[in-house]
Amino acid sequence: MGAVQLGFSGGEPLLRRDLEDLVAEARHLGYYTNLITSAAGLGEPRLKALKEAGLDHIQISFQAGSQALNDFMAGTRIFEHKLAAARLVKQYGYDIVLNFVVYRDNIDQIGQMLDMAGEVGADYVELANVQYYGWALLNRDRLLPTREQLSRAEAIAHQYQERWKGRMRILYVIPDYYEERPKACMSGWGSIFLTVAPDGVALPCQAARQLPGIEFPNVRDHSVEWIWNESPAFNKFRGFDWMKEPCRSCPDRFKDYGGCRCQAYMLTGDAGNTDPVCSLSPRHDVILSAISSANAAAERGNGAREPGQGEGPIFRNVRNSSKLSA
Amino acid sequence: MAVFDPDTILAISNKFRLQWEAAQQAYVLLYAEGMIKLNVSAGEVLKRLDGQRTLAAVIEDLQRQFPNAALEDDVREFVNIAHDHGWIIVKQPT
Ligand code: SF4
Repeated sequence: MGAVQLGFSGGEPLLRRDLEDLVAEARHLGYYTNLITSAAGLGEPRLKALKEAGLDHIQISFQAGSQALNDFMAGTRIFEHKLAAARLVKQYGYDIVLNFVVYRDNIDQIGQMLDMAGEVGADYVELANVQYYGWALLNRDRLLPTREQLSRAEAIAHQYQERWKGRMRILYVIPDYYEERPKACMSGWGSIFLTVAPDGVALPCQAARQLPGIEFPNVRDHSVEWIWNESPAFNKFRGFDWMKEPCRSCPDRFKDYGGCRCQAYMLTGDAGNTDPVCSLSPRHDVILSAISSANAAAERGNGAREPGQGEGPIFRNVRNSSKLSA
Repeated sequence: MAVFDPDTILAISNKFRLQWEAAQQAYVLLYAEGMIKLNVSAGEVLKRLDGQRTLAAVIEDLQRQFPNAALEDDVREFVNIAHDHGWIIVKQPT
């Protein structure tokens, strides 16, 4: 079918003992293979095995709500471990690619994150704001940065982009809530990406599973070709015919595909609606009120603060996760 | 723009992987965010930049395979462009 890219992400792909086999097979089939990992447990033997299996690219991510990102502020062990992994990755001939997830409590520290990235010799750093799905949506009031924080962060990011020009590429992505137009989510539903979950369910994006009324096909029951070309799920929001107004007649629909189906569902109750991030959406009010509610929460002190004060961030762990999926 | 000595040894950058793509009937450069489809001559040049041969040897080899074209200038120009794009790196500067 001409697919050339295969990404391993999670969860944590390193937890799979057969990851090397999967990489080797993918490479054998001609895929460019990319591993997105927290790098916890990425020691030299494992990295060597992955390299030998033919892994092409590694991204180390610092997830929001993870202990490691929190530790970064406190400078503790897990974080050091990740830096060591990053250096090791470089020794094995890979670029160091770091993804930081930023939100209200850490966005003021992006300068420190970039300093650290520069010290380990990172080649590419992505600072992306949390996307408000699942866990983050529940905590939105305390995660969404304030307008002032965003403009400060943007200025800092630009400063570092200048300073590190030609050595380290820096991508800074603001939360879509503060945009006038939605992101071109997945470059359009069923347009480029196909995700296979560990149980074999094929999805247009990792978050799509929550959408009601869509039966996502399983690679155990159907060919990938059928899933991609024929399955009702992958055709549901493909192209432009499914759109309602205002997207339907909007010239921007070729650019943003009406935004994110999951966000439309979570915030308006209908996955077929315009992503409410769009200022043309009749439900854009839900975004505006989320912003003012989060800004008010930050003002009340339930936000950016000195480390060690106030209630701690809510970590993602087994206990909290089961609450979310219940 | 870089001008390379004949005995420069060039190799594909570790950010890219050169591969024959049957579905496209072309050589492609794969990288983390996508793919660059190469035309026939670009593919022929890049597949010879193996980190072993000198640029002169590569040109000679190409000339042997395509005896009817005067290709040295074109190859040099393409190699410069490829280097500027970061597709290839100098293995051992001389
Ligand atoms: S109305 Fe729809 S297509 Fe137009 S800009 Fe908004 S989301 Fe995009």
